[in-house]
Amino acid sequence: MMTMTQKILAFHAGLDKVTPGELIKVKLDLVHGNDITTPVAINEFNKIGVDKVFDKEKVVIVPDHFSPNKDIKSAEQCKFMREFANKMDITNYFEVGQMGIEHALIPEKGLVVAGDLTIGADSHTCTYGALGAFSTGVGSTDMAAGMATGEAWLKVPEAIKFNLTGKLSKWVCGKDVILHIIGMIGVDGALYQSMEFTGEGLHNLSMDDRFTMANMAIEAGAKNGIFEVDDQTIAYIKQHSKKEYKVYAPDADAVYSKTYEIDLSKIRPTISFPHLPDNTRTIDEVGDITIDQSVIGSCTNGRIEDLRMAASIFKGRQVHKGVRTIIFPATQAIYLQAMREGLLEILIEAGCAVSTPTCGPCLGGHMGVLAKGERCISTTNRNFVGRMGHPESEVYLASPAIAAASAITGKISSPEDLV
Amino acid sequence: MIKGKVVKYGDNVDTDVIIPARYLNTSDAKELAAHCMEDIDKDFSKKIKLGDIIVAEKNFGCGSSREHAPLAIKTAGISIVIAETFARIFYRNAINIGLPILESKEASKDIEEGNEVSVDLNTGIITNITKGKTYTAKPFPAFMKELISADGLIEYVKKGLVK
Repeated sequence: MMTMTQKILAFHAGLDKVTPGELIKVKLDLVHGNDITTPVAINEFNKIGVDKVFDKEKVVIVPDHFSPNKDIKSAEQCKFMREFANKMDITNYFEVGQMGIEHALIPEKGLVVAGDLTIGADSHTCTYGALGAFSTGVGSTDMAAGMATGEAWLKVPEAIKFNLTGKLSKWVCGKDVILHIIGMIGVDGALYQSMEFTGEGLHNLSMDDRFTMANMAIEAGAKNGIFEVDDQTIAYIKQHSKKEYKVYAPDADAVYSKTYEIDLSKIRPTISFPHLPDNTRTIDEVGDITIDQSVIGSCTNGRIEDLRMAASIFKGRQVHKGVRTIIFPATQAIYLQAMREGLLEILIEAGCAVSTPTCGPCLGGHMGVLAKGERCISTTNRNFVGRMGHPESEVYLASPAIAAASAITGKISSPEDLV
Repeated sequence: MIKGKVVKYGDNVDTDVIIPARYLNTSDAKELAAHCMEDIDKDFSKKIKLGDIIVAEKNFGCGSSREHAPLAIKTAGISIVIAETFARIFYRNAINIGLPILESKEASKDIEEGNEVSVDLNTGIITNITKGKTYTAKPFPAFMKELISADGLIEYVKKGLVK
């Protein structure tokens, strides 16, 4: 009778069965935080009065938001965090030069596998659901309690099923699918629920597509997003991790509050207009929107397939005069792979700026903040008022293909518009 | 007993407007409070009196998990947030840090800016003193009541009460 999510929760609570609405205490396979959320967590942790974390192998700390240090205050926060990581002998603390954007880095380093239950002090922790894990975002106090006890309280969610069929069209990727879904159900359409992705179409989505989709489950208000595990998932896990994994499939009689049929072949390139991720239009309905900046990267779309897509569009072309285009490979390994595949040369020759991994402008931190009246097309995940800078700037969310094509034409465009 | 004047907002008040990321290079509660709601309500931190109440509609606190958001609201002097629904991470964070919150569709639709409102957290009864009406909020499950009365998750953990 249980969904994938409910099965993982039951196992980690030591129960045979859980039901929606039930409050349970679960054992954590991983607790993580970044340079914004961990300093607050450390202060709370220190109040608890334990002298070490529950398991120094299972606490992960990644300075990615305002790192490399964006100003003195951020440098102090990173220093505070670094000292804590050293004191607690945290195995998985990733320094500048080793770090990447947390939600790309953590799967890449094999720290989460199918069947795991993880919490992270960052809302996009739901990303690891692509691996068939239960992963959810929490605040700093939950991170502190988790670091101290290795446990967390959770309410068992109901679930929504997304039955995927068909294959993606040219230029369409996981980002368009998830934006389409969020546009359809709204920013609270999955409030407190699991978004469970299944169906034969699932096999036609790459792991990068699935990471993108699971990443944005939070933008529909979901507790978590999770994909059924298939051969691609197992191959990814084996390639990156030595950890034991466990595959949970939903019961045939699992209860879902709603089921949506998603025909991947019908999905068009989709863009979220300001100032909500659910304010979506397809590329056919966009009209004439000029842009000042294009951002390609982030925990949503900073992986190798995203960079390949962008490079294939930029090859032999130039960024439009006046458009700042900034590329953020999400990890050092991705950066290196992009370099070896010749992608960085293509991007730089086209007039893009290529950055070291960082969250940067996604949350208006650094490396591409917007001035009053400016517009950015971005492969990031949120476009609330003031998200990328001035409260009177605008962010349009899109796929790497759209962000690249738009950088070339100077207005929101599809690669099909390019000569 | 909580009592104060209401500041009213609509749907989807997100954590980027509650506390913009440009201020997240600090965890100092007072500094955060000074910038609370700045991008949608420039004078918020100046006009709020200790004990005032935020009433909002759907999906309050959506977006980022930043605990700085309920912290800024609490430190600014807000005694309780009443909304039709809360985003889930904000909901957890508010309970964890001891910022009282209540869900009531009726209250969120009926209460207006400037109304004088009082709240009994034990019963969940919200009284609109200005309009002479009462509304009843959804009660918390027992575990959450324990968290709130222990003044947050850290105190709860310290007391070793986690079953």
